[in-house]
Amino acid sequence: MSKRLAASFTKAKKENRGVLGIFVSAGDPDTNTSIKILDSLVKSGVDMIELGMPFSDPMADGPAIQAASLRALKSGMNLKGSLEIASQFRKKHPHTPLILMGYYNPIYRYGVELFLRDSQAAGADGLIIVDLPPEEDAELCDLNQKSELDFIRLITPTTLGDRLPFVLEKASGFIYYVSIAGITGTKSAQMESISSAINRIKQVSDLPVVTGFGIRTAEQAAHIASLGDGAIVGSAVVEIIAESNAQNLTAEKTSEKVSDYTKSLADAISTHKPQ
Amino acid sequence: MNEIKQNSFKTMPDENGRFGIHGGRFVAETLMPLILKVESAYNEVKTDPDFNAEVLYYQKHYVGRPSPLYFAEHLTKKYGGAKLYLKRDELNHTGAHKINNVLGQALLAKKMGKTKIIAETGAGQHGVATATACALFNLECEVFMGAEDVKRQKPNVDRMRLLGATVHPVTSGTSTLKDAMNEALRYWVAHPDTHFYIIGTVAGPHPYPEMVRNFQSVIGKEAKEQLFEAEGRLPDALIACIGGGSNALGLFYPFLDNTDVTIFGVEAAGQGLDSGMHAASLTGGKPGVLHGNRTYLLQNDDGQIVDAHSISAGLDYPGIGPEHSWLHDVGRVNYVSATDEEALVQFQLCSRLEGIIPALEPSHALAFAAKQLPLMDKEQIVILNMCGRGDKDLETVLPKLDERGLL
Repeated sequence: MSKRLAASFTKAKKENRGVLGIFVSAGDPDTNTSIKILDSLVKSGVDMIELGMPFSDPMADGPAIQAASLRALKSGMNLKGSLEIASQFRKKHPHTPLILMGYYNPIYRYGVELFLRDSQAAGADGLIIVDLPPEEDAELCDLNQKSELDFIRLITPTTLGDRLPFVLEKASGFIYYVSIAGITGTKSAQMESISSAINRIKQVSDLPVVTGFGIRTAEQAAHIASLGDGAIVGSAVVEIIAESNAQNLTAEKTSEKVSDYTKSLADAISTHKPQ
Repeated sequence: MNEIKQNSFKTMPDENGRFGIHGGRFVAETLMPLILKVESAYNEVKTDPDFNAEVLYYQKHYVGRPSPLYFAEHLTKKYGGAKLYLKRDELNHTGAHKINNVLGQALLAKKMGKTKIIAETGAGQHGVATATACALFNLECEVFMGAEDVKRQKPNVDRMRLLGATVHPVTSGTSTLKDAMNEALRYWVAHPDTHFYIIGTVAGPHPYPEMVRNFQSVIGKEAKEQLFEAEGRLPDALIACIGGGSNALGLFYPFLDNTDVTIFGVEAAGQGLDSGMHAASLTGGKPGVLHGNRTYLLQNDDGQIVDAHSISAGLDYPGIGPEHSWLHDVGRVNYVSATDEEALVQFQLCSRLEGIIPALEPSHALAFAAKQLPLMDKEQIVILNMCGRGDKDLETVLPKLDERGLL
């Protein structure tokens, strides 16, 4: 596991709470605002950043994150720009883990080897590549063996059967449990089903399990984080950015709105202790 | 790279769904268990005589197969070279080749115990074919169609509704076919237990490219037999248009190992390959990953997918089936292109000379035939896949023909 991720999970454990991960799309709605938002996330108590590298056709994402991707692309963001944002973030925030999340095509075009080198150089800690399942990941994972980038696996409710050990084979960093059958930002899962899924995963793997998809309220985040090792919130954050952008708010005002929300999540998680 | 001589062009895909570097299963984990289930179900029925007999039954009695192989005497004379035969798949029930594949997949869905069907559609031909099969087999049908296309193709939307399908206008992304496919996949992921996704072309994650090709191969099998009956020999060349490429692969596949048969796939060059406004993924694209497979894609340097442009909604797709990409790489099929303008001219010409109103899609194939046939001997024979009829295109085509004084 990357040192920063390990430290982050250890710290949360010491404080008897789960980690809070926040997703935003790089360059949404523009580079300047995006960087300010990232700064404000760290200040608000977020443990881990999931930075989306925008793609024109995000198959696993709901309307909110699709729109975020398109806003970013429209403002001129690309893979290189996403890595530059990551790199700037790392200079200012040496301890907060940064996960790069994206789809394979821009990486494939950029060059897999070059991408692995540049994302490490930018200070990323892990990768989530949505459309590179275990059946297809050799062309990236074989090149990633030497690097310290964690390859984070998504586990879904439909993966929990016989397929689970196979999917977890090359997993590192943590396991991202997708709590619903569906796309980001839509329905929410039942707590009991999340709890039993996490227990099932823990039987097979020692890695921390962080849950995402469909988490909106501070209460949900706190409850879900307490069931495993953390929670990731994306669409709800991105919607605040969309709204601020529609109202032409300044970068400062936008990042303030975002961090008001993420602080409420962080506060709820730190007071809601795991059972 | 291709030093190893190909013994057969019909051994693909491999067990991982690869056609060379193309194909595969590049999907989110949420989708993976679903396509693995489709794969194992398809593998079970692929060689099952009962299943295949059922498909054949509907092809014969419902679709009207075999479709005729017609010697187009007047176009042959006009083009002035090789003899042109048209494989008349526009005479199928619902007016295009799409139904061949849809019936097979709908029967598979039934066999898997699914009660609801999802489909994507561009111009609406695949949507109509799917709605038709769902009416026939009493399945619920949900069709995803770009909001722009819903407006442009109202008659097909009406047909789908009449047949009992629900049409979901897709407003995400650029509101076109690629977005309709994204949305259909998203919907499927959210309804894994009840729904089956019927993909309309030889693209998408494995096993779709193989499965759709096999269901469409009936076109080439029939054409081969019919030409033997008419002429006692193989054709010298095959021509078909290509969007995703299902009609083309349906015709080509049974001939792939007859290496004396020259094969031409015709992509849509839109307003010209240099204009940037085209849908020629092989000629103008680069390998990439979209909709679950690696294949040639229209994309920018950052790997963002670029919109395709063609007068024909059925060819208006920024990708192409992975088997075509492979056949392009190994050089078995020659991929060429025809512009909007060239297709329009043939649309009118074929209507006037043969009394067959071709769809805009096969009009692209005709446009290439018009250039290729004169270069060939009079004794030579070409089969062209007339994969759809043109009624659906009249609204698009008539004003343009009027402008050009062709009416």
